Amino acid sequence: MAGEPLLAVEHLRVEFPTRHGTLVAVDDVSLGIAPGEVLGVVGESGAGKSLTGAAVIGLIDPPGRIGAGEVWLAGRRIDNLPPEALRRVRGREIGAVFQDPLTSLNPLYTIGRQIVETMTTHLDLSSSAARKRALELLAEVGIPAPTRRFDHFPHQFSGGMRQRVVIALALAANPKLIIADEPTTALDVSIQAQIIALLKRLCREHRTAVMLITHDMGVIAETADRVAVMYAGRIAEIGPVADVIHRPRHPYTRGLMGSIPSIVAEREELAQIDGSMPRLTAIPPGCAFHPRCPRVFDRCRRERPELMPAGATDAACWLVV
Amino acid sequence: MKSAVAPSAGSPLVELVGVARYFDVSPPWLNRLVEHKPRVLLKAVDGVTLSIAQGETLGLVGESGCGKSTVARLIVGLYRPTRGEIRYAGKRIDANGASRSARREMQMIFQDPYASLNPRWRVADIVAEPLLAAPDHQRPARREIEARVGALLEQVGLVRGDGSKFPHQFSGGQRQRISIARALAGKPRFLVCDEPTSALDVSVQAQVLNLMHRLQRELGLTLLFISHNLAVVHHIADRVGVMYLGRIVEVAPTKTLFADPQHPYTRMLLAAVPDLALTGKARTAVTGEVPNPLDPPRGCAFHPRCPHANERCHREVPLLKPVRRAQASSGEAACHAVEEGRIGLSVVTPGDRSSDIPSV
Repeated sequence: MAGEPLLAVEHLRVEFPTRHGTLVAVDDVSLGIAPGEVLGVVGESGAGKSLTGAAVIGLIDPPGRIGAGEVWLAGRRIDNLPPEALRRVRGREIGAVFQDPLTSLNPLYTIGRQIVETMTTHLDLSSSAARKRALELLAEVGIPAPTRRFDHFPHQFSGGMRQRVVIALALAANPKLIIADEPTTALDVSIQAQIIALLKRLCREHRTAVMLITHDMGVIAETADRVAVMYAGRIAEIGPVADVIHRPRHPYTRGLMGSIPSIVAEREELAQIDGSMPRLTAIPPGCAFHPRCPRVFDRCRRERPELMPAGATDAACWLVV
Repeated sequence: MKSAVAPSAGSPLVELVGVARYFDVSPPWLNRLVEHKPRVLLKAVDGVTLSIAQGETLGLVGESGCGKSTVARLIVGLYRPTRGEIRYAGKRIDANGASRSARREMQMIFQDPYASLNPRWRVADIVAEPLLAAPDHQRPARREIEARVGALLEQVGLVRGDGSKFPHQFSGGQRQRISIARALAGKPRFLVCDEPTSALDVSVQAQVLNLMHRLQRELGLTLLFISHNLAVVHHIADRVGVMYLGRIVEVAPTKTLFADPQHPYTRMLLAAVPDLALTGKARTAVTGEVPNPLDPPRGCAFHPRCPHANERCHREVPLLKPVRRAQASSGEAACHAVEEGRIGLSVVTPGDRSSDIPSV
């Protein structure tokens, strides 16, 4: 990674206290994102990728809590800010795009009003200047006839158009970082392609850093500069996207890549990782992947591997030692 | 169970001829009366002609709302067609009093393994249900059923003991295996799979796809595989049909379709799929959205998004016609531009894929 990271997450731990003990959903995750960089975070359901994103914007719902670790944004620690200060960071410095565009918009307000409100809350703008800028923004995210659409309600938009509005909303206050959690999962492929291209272009033009959380490796391959692969709450491998996809070092990443059907390659059998990800209540000791790992050996069952440099990537696996 | 008709390899097992299904989505009667609102028909499937050969896997792809799931439900008889004919092994099955034995030879696997298994039944009962639904004289004895359920569970990669558990004790992938075991219980010849892996994580999806592939080979099943995921269909299907707004726009053998797509919509879809091999490459720009199915465009439904549309496309609905390629009968497309040779030129450069050099 070049230069000072804009976002630095250090040894983050997200936990949920329950009657039967504390569940650790995100465990010792460290990562950084440079300005203008897209970091992909992939993993299967329950890997902790969304919680990592939620922890960065301070949106972990109680009883969940950040158990340890620090989140730094542009040289300022933000995980321990009081709620009111955190609210100003959220929206002003960090924008968020979630999976379901319908639930991220207020159905009772016109989209124009929602964007203007975000701007006047976070920026020192008069409402007429905000309106002008909102119209520019809507045009920029590809909403046809923004002047007419400005006074429409969310239900009057299609899914793809709604997601564009949400992106406009996330960009409204010119944030330095956008957390995009499964932004294209609810959309059809042709719309998904448009939204990916849009996100990519906007972050290049605005030098916004993006944390792109998704389960879709194809989307990551098209969009991200670097990628972190998560498994059972920890980062299994992190590195430049081409290396992680084409030269993965961690057996989980390898299995994951081999299990994805392709429209280019001819394959009789898909690679198969037997079993499924452990539940949070029963994370195996040692390396969490060892019960499913084809190359498991004694040390994996006893000791937990930390991320270690392995070629171009960092992998948490004893094989790379 | 004996087949309704003796199978012969290569002959169509399932045929759809001009099948349509409309849904009445009109406002309530009072609103129509007071506010003079008209009746509204949603043409979910509008004239689909399709045949699935014995032993083949036909993939059906398309974006949400294109009618692919409705086609699946029409075939298994969950919906009645508004018009058109559905034949199974040469016999009509869409009419009243259609042969029950034909219905018993087909089974369906649904997308959501959390909703398609009764949470209050034990797995053994779920899997045994198709056996118990058989007519009296064919119903196996209790002991036989138990043995058969155990064998089915093993066949899909579970253990016999799992029969005494409840669905909530299984993960998504394991539940989909239970669905598959249940579908196989009645020894079907034809399986309709509606997005069977869409709710699963990729590593689990790979397990289920491999399992289905293996079972199809071992049991000689005929499959209709519906998915919005082109890569999954590419992996599993022998032939692929592409749907757009209730119609089939292109059908071709899988290799041909992916190497040399004809219809502009198919080309657009293929260009839009993010793929691991394409890292860093710019993708073709995709424009527009699927129109409202309540108010589809006149003529070819794709014309507002099509770069090749001309006046004829605005006016006339294109029919599925064979595409002129080097090999005979290597696919059909419903496009005026392809038919007239306006975009007949292939995107594949000659010599690139020797087996698929187009004749145009």
